[in-house]
Amino acid sequence: MNGGQDLGGGHGFGPVVPEPDEPVFHGEWEKRVFALAMAMGFTGAWNLDGSRAARESLPPAEYLSSSYYKIWLEALEKQILANGLATRDEIAAGRASTPAAPVARVLAADSLAPRFRAGFPSDRAPEAPARFAVGDPVVARVMNPVGHTRLPRYARGRRGRVEAVHGAFVFPDTNAAKAGENPAWLYTVAFEAAELWGADADPGGRVTIAAFEPYLDPA
Amino acid sequence: MTHHHPDHDHDHDHGSDLSPVEARVRALESLLVEKGYVEPAALDALIEMYETKVGPHLGARVVARAWVDPAYRARLLAEATPAIGELGIGGRGGEHMVVVENTPDTHNMVVCTLCSCYPWPVLGLPPVWYKAPPYRARAVSDPRGVLAEFGVSLPETTRITVWDSTAETRFMVLPLRPAGTEGLSEEALAALVTRDAMIGTGLPLSPGSGEIRP
Repeated sequence: MNGGQDLGGGHGFGPVVPEPDEPVFHGEWEKRVFALAMAMGFTGAWNLDGSRAARESLPPAEYLSSSYYKIWLEALEKQILANGLATRDEIAAGRASTPAAPVARVLAADSLAPRFRAGFPSDRAPEAPARFAVGDPVVARVMNPVGHTRLPRYARGRRGRVEAVHGAFVFPDTNAAKAGENPAWLYTVAFEAAELWGADADPGGRVTIAAFEPYLDPA
Repeated sequence: MTHHHPDHDHDHDHGSDLSPVEARVRALESLLVEKGYVEPAALDALIEMYETKVGPHLGARVVARAWVDPAYRARLLAEATPAIGELGIGGRGGEHMVVVENTPDTHNMVVCTLCSCYPWPVLGLPPVWYKAPPYRARAVSDPRGVLAEFGVSLPETTRITVWDSTAETRFMVLPLRPAGTEGLSEEALAALVTRDAMIGTGLPLSPGSGEIRP
């Protein structure tokens, strides 16, 4: 969706301001939001793409004026409601008044380290041969889906070249809505900076994106 | 390690001094624990893992190994995930690693314009600036200007490639080994590798520079 999250190429946000000796979390509540989001994601009630979709569905003004973990908190509550894991009243009260919904898994402290060390790979067996090969010229599609997508606006309609073929991966656009993993070939596509930003672009610069096959046409 | 689930109120004796967001998070945690969806001990363990165990010191080991071992460097650039795994490093948020190498002519910089994708197993959780609009907006369109804000000035002839992390591939920069480090041990080399050098918004420290991370 063309939401507040799609920031590439934007102006007016001011300089990048690194914080010296930055802690991993700023305040106790950020730690708890982080851990709750991780642990709730582990239940299988939704997937990673669904979490991203929930975060970027905040109204742009709210998204852009919220701290990072505030966005996570808003999205987490939204997903809990949308998936029937609790009611609005229960969230407001911090107390259960309806039975728990069944979940596939509950993260246990003693299995955390090996489970996270193993990771949660997103590559899948391909369902068709790759349409593109390294070196192929491609153009990113012009598309404006109202749902989740990982094709940034700045790349749409722009010409690039396939630089790597990574295999087939879970397709976020459908997976976010629980409409299937629909494995799609994933490519590194490189664009010349001038193709994206015009004559004022950094000379010789390039930007690469990781692009799913349904985002691309031959150029 | 922190214990801050509702049963252990040791940094707030009463609810009344909680800010609205703190009160809200505490209520949500109580509810999710009561419903049986989350285990408080697992929440504490998650926080401990990302506060104390996972961080850029792990990526620095990978870089130092690549600097001293050409065969390892070749494996790392060809297939990063198993090469990083050789050092016992990997997992969630780094299942599909790609390492991109700086050369005398090219510099690499990593961003996620759409959210906050970052190679957790090698760098830990991202700093606020990496997740915030100023960096996400301009890293792709004005990388040289962003680098200047980090105090990094590259020769005009150095070409910059920006890697936008738009899928589950995660990028780490292999920086150039600093001059004057020929006699250094792998461990001493790792101490020169900053977090920002592996994002591409910084360069490794010089030996004896007295500078500090990141």
